[in-house]
Amino acid sequence: MTVKNELIKSILASIWFMFLTFPIMVIKVNTVTDTVEWRWYNMAVVGIGSFFISMLWRYLIRKKEEGSKKEKKDTVGPVQRILQDKKYFLPGIGAALLFTIFFPHIFSMYQTNIMISALIYVMLGLGLNIVIGLAGLLDLGYVAFFAVGAYSYALLNLHYGVTFWIALPLGGLIAAFFGIILGYPVLRLRGDYLAIVTLGFGEIIRLVLENWNEFSFGPSGIANIPKPGFFGFELSLQATTTFTFYIIVLLVLFTIFVINRLQNSRIGRAWSALKDDEVACQAMGIDKAKTKLRAFALGATWAGMGGVVFAAKTTFINPASFTIWESVIILCTVVLGGMGSIAGVMCGALLLILLPEYLRDFGEFRMITFGTVLVLMMVFRPGGIIENVRNTYKFEKSSQS
Amino acid sequence: MKPILEVKNMTMDFGGLRAIDNLDLFIDKGEIVALIGPNGAGKTTFFNCITGIYTPTSGDVFIDPDGDGKKERINNLKPNLVTRRGLARTFQNIRLFSSMTVLENVMIGCHAVTKAGILGAIFRGPSTKAEENLIVEKSYNILEKIGLAKYVNELAVNLPYGAQRRLEIARAMATEPFLLLLDEPAAGMNPQETLELDALIMKLRDNEGISILLIEHDMKLVMSLSERIYVVDYGKKIGEGTPEDIRSNPVVIKAYLGEEIEEDA
Repeated sequence: MTVKNELIKSILASIWFMFLTFPIMVIKVNTVTDTVEWRWYNMAVVGIGSFFISMLWRYLIRKKEEGSKKEKKDTVGPVQRILQDKKYFLPGIGAALLFTIFFPHIFSMYQTNIMISALIYVMLGLGLNIVIGLAGLLDLGYVAFFAVGAYSYALLNLHYGVTFWIALPLGGLIAAFFGIILGYPVLRLRGDYLAIVTLGFGEIIRLVLENWNEFSFGPSGIANIPKPGFFGFELSLQATTTFTFYIIVLLVLFTIFVINRLQNSRIGRAWSALKDDEVACQAMGIDKAKTKLRAFALGATWAGMGGVVFAAKTTFINPASFTIWESVIILCTVVLGGMGSIAGVMCGALLLILLPEYLRDFGEFRMITFGTVLVLMMVFRPGGIIENVRNTYKFEKSSQS
Repeated sequence: MKPILEVKNMTMDFGGLRAIDNLDLFIDKGEIVALIGPNGAGKTTFFNCITGIYTPTSGDVFIDPDGDGKKERINNLKPNLVTRRGLARTFQNIRLFSSMTVLENVMIGCHAVTKAGILGAIFRGPSTKAEENLIVEKSYNILEKIGLAKYVNELAVNLPYGAQRRLEIARAMATEPFLLLLDEPAAGMNPQETLELDALIMKLRDNEGISILLIEHDMKLVMSLSERIYVVDYGKKIGEGTPEDIRSNPVVIKAYLGEEIEEDA
């Protein structure tokens, strides 16, 4: 009965698709001979193809629904279990560390460079995760802080000769300052409205950088930004790349450490309370404004530092690197990876940045694949690759003396 | 003795609608006072005005936690600052932090009285650690007092309805209030749960010395608990006094039950 129903629905879908694609796939006007070519073969392909895809889709949806009915109780997925189990977790981390340490020596400089960009995005994703995943504020203009960081280093270096190591914390601080500037007017907003305003903020920063020629050198950008220095030694290009790689790895580790600490602290709790219920949160004596500003500032800090590393890595920046598209990618890494989950966001960032790099052969299909993957993810794993399981505080009687 | 909460001539307008009309109210230390009235009378609006969610159009709200005559006007304070002054509230429609456990909900309540900052959170020094342990211990003690200790590690949303209401009270207690504002604490409870709530509120007043102002529709609870009752209708105070006074007040009965219609009118 139901199988018959599904078949009918799939057949209807395929007929609909044949009808939709009829004008472009079937009719072809030959303007030279003034005749119409009817390519019925194409129609058959579309019909059969959409029929099978529709069937597959229905099958997967059904399986998913059955699955969600069956195991509602067991919300902890296999990945989380591995992450929590020390037996797998520690060797896993060890192996990952060893791999990272030897990565630049095993692979070529090209690969290392790709990895550096991916790790910059990991850092950006983790930073945005503070704002979205922990505090629940949808920020679509996050790339603005990335730009602020990158331009801080480039301009400070150009005018005052500030080195990378001083620019790194400075870039973070300046970005945090911009985070507060953005945060202040949007304190009252949330949800969609917040998203729109942050989107606008991101565009403002980019447009200012693009048009204020005296300040930022406009679309032509700033070139010859020095790479990170190593106690004044001259390093070869290969060595500098390796060095940059280690710097970004350390920064990512630092980010993870800090976010982990923040998550399980008084501030982290206030964030998740804010995310759950703003009114109740205030009634509990939590300063809404301060808590939100802290989230914006702390989120922006990582973007700023990421920006400094980015500028040092590419040695050239211009506003084209900080378009809305970058914001969307960073947002995707967070949503796809799993909001609030550190491991998830890292996974998401690595996937989203590395896959397109290695799929360069696909060329024009890159974006279509990207879109399809996103849609499929949202249907079948709405919580992200590694869904966040909030680290709840487990109270044990014995801890009370 | 001076009252610990004093509201004078409070009026709240929403556009052309006068939700609260020249309301006066006071609470003495250690009192249990009830605010009753038909639906839409402006009771919850009154709570929102006191706790800073709304700013009253006119009038004054004074608090005096020690009862020593040093009054502080709290009209324009933000809700979080009102809570820090010692006025904690619960909500009519339960507003628990649903993704958190019972213990964490109460720990949030401790936020007002602790102060670890960003650096403290990152470096987790001895003082931060000590503070965290203190919060956990204090929260657990409160849960024990309220009778929710057995749920300590459960998610707040998975609790039975009555327990969720009590958790709201526990959470409010964690902010160390001198006055607890309860907005329909017995709504949706069965008779047994209501009895337990009655005992709990009494206990809070007697053991913790907390004064209580409650909005409630359950007349049995109101009559057995409260020492004084205020009755409001259309934002106006229409009655005030002991439960006996209120029970026999014709204006109150009229507001609640309506008036007999003269047949020849």
